[in-house]
Amino acid sequence: MTMLSPTVVRIGARSIFGRWRGILLFALPVILIGLAALVRGLAGQDVDATESVLYGLGLVVVVPLVALLSTSGLLAAEIDDGSIAYLLAKPVSRYTIVASKLLVALACVVAFGAVPMLVAGFVLLPSSPSVAVGFAVAALLAGTAYCAVFAWLSVLTRHAVVFGLVYLLIWEGLLGGLLDGIRWLSVTRWSAEVVDRIASLDLVDDLPLSYALIALAVVMAGGVWLTGRKLQAFNLTGDE
Amino acid sequence: MSTITIDHVSRWFRNVVAVNDVSMTIGPGVTGLLGPNGAGKSTLIAMMSGFLAPSTGTVTLDGEPLWRNEDVYRKVGLVPEREALYDFLTGRQFVVAMAELHGLADAGAAAQRALAVIEMTEAQDRPISTYSKGMRQRVKMASALVHDPAVLLLDEPFNGMDPRQRIHLMELLRQWGSESRTVLFSSHILEEVEQVARQIEVVVSGRHAASGDFGAIRRLMTDRPNRFVLRTSDDRLLASALLGDASVRGARLRSEGGIEVEAADFGRFSEVLPRLARDHDVSLHEVTPTDESLESVFAYLVSS
Repeated sequence: MTMLSPTVVRIGARSIFGRWRGILLFALPVILIGLAALVRGLAGQDVDATESVLYGLGLVVVVPLVALLSTSGLLAAEIDDGSIAYLLAKPVSRYTIVASKLLVALACVVAFGAVPMLVAGFVLLPSSPSVAVGFAVAALLAGTAYCAVFAWLSVLTRHAVVFGLVYLLIWEGLLGGLLDGIRWLSVTRWSAEVVDRIASLDLVDDLPLSYALIALAVVMAGGVWLTGRKLQAFNLTGDE
Repeated sequence: MSTITIDHVSRWFRNVVAVNDVSMTIGPGVTGLLGPNGAGKSTLIAMMSGFLAPSTGTVTLDGEPLWRNEDVYRKVGLVPEREALYDFLTGRQFVVAMAELHGLADAGAAAQRALAVIEMTEAQDRPISTYSKGMRQRVKMASALVHDPAVLLLDEPFNGMDPRQRIHLMELLRQWGSESRTVLFSSHILEEVEQVARQIEVVVSGRHAASGDFGAIRRLMTDRPNRFVLRTSDDRLLASALLGDASVRGARLRSEGGIEVEAADFGRFSEVLPRLARDHDVSLHEVTPTDESLESVFAYLVSS
């Protein structure tokens, strides 16, 4: 059994820009780069301002939202309307279906998360390219981990978008800012540690890089595994 | 030739029983799964297509389990009831994609064949979003047919079809049945089922209420003596009037009130009872069939 299905990738890529999701996916990086340009114009090349925009808006808001929008569009929407049955009623491994859909989500993370982050970084602080690169790498890693989390949420509940937003706002956003210990259990903090290491910044204290990288990898692999396992036991119940 | 075996299957959702101890064998030819809405037809089809695990009992296809077994889809084509499709694709792109997922060597040719069978070649290059309900139904059918499966499961396939499409689908079902495919379709309309199905399985309130060809189902209703309990405004008067009619074999006043009637000819009894009640000015409060296995079939078939 092959790991990826070109057919699932193709259908996924065509489905992702449907309706309001496509508009939001394009709007988020535009807002990020727009704000970066504005800040640069007002404050000049400023490290603190750069950190605020790329971390506070980019890594905390734009990247997780891109992951949530693309993953829920690929999985939750199809589960909700039942069209996923056409993929599942096939002699294709569930892991192949999950991996193929996540590949599309990953492409979105690159196009609407990592690349805009790189651009915004260069707009804000062209004098130190390592900041832009660091945030772009972090965006890619965090985005991938978020996609795996949201894929699992999509097969777990009919309200994946709502739960995803609550998780992002409460756990990653609110509690992550209030409680220092959250850094051990926060995708955004783990990826921030990667930025710290590449760009020599200090976004998170006292978090070993090795732990951050392993934790990210565990979330990615665990999400794919749990999602595939859940899809093997997919219930297609009609209107009854 | 493939056979689906449902063996003492029950399925409940929390504390609601959707399917209650059903056993049936679906073999080659066309089988109609008949029952009112909410009877458990979709739950049964979901279990037969590997999209739901039975709470107890087993569902197998040629001895293989259907649950958690992707390989069975090589033999099974499923037409789900829900309408959602990949609207952004054209009919042809959709059916080709389905053929690719089945790993067919020439997906394009297989899709063309399937689209030709269900007469969708003309509209195949339009996006599915522009299709009518009947056209969507046919594209779903093409996607289920594309790998030439031995088993076809269709959940309420006649929904949303106009009379001409209905006739065409009936012809197709008959043809697939005559090709020794195992074809099962669900419907809540007796007329649809009796025109196509060689075998009819009646499901009411989650129970397997009756099984057989249409003649057998009819005989269940008419030939056997049927028992009823009547509650009326004047039991004694109506009981004596009923005994005077040839359609009634016996009538007994129950000590707790009401009349127990054994009807010899159900068809005639159902006409005679209201007439006698009216002629004698007796009000009928309740007419309940007491034969457990038949109660549900009556309730359903009589009302349809």
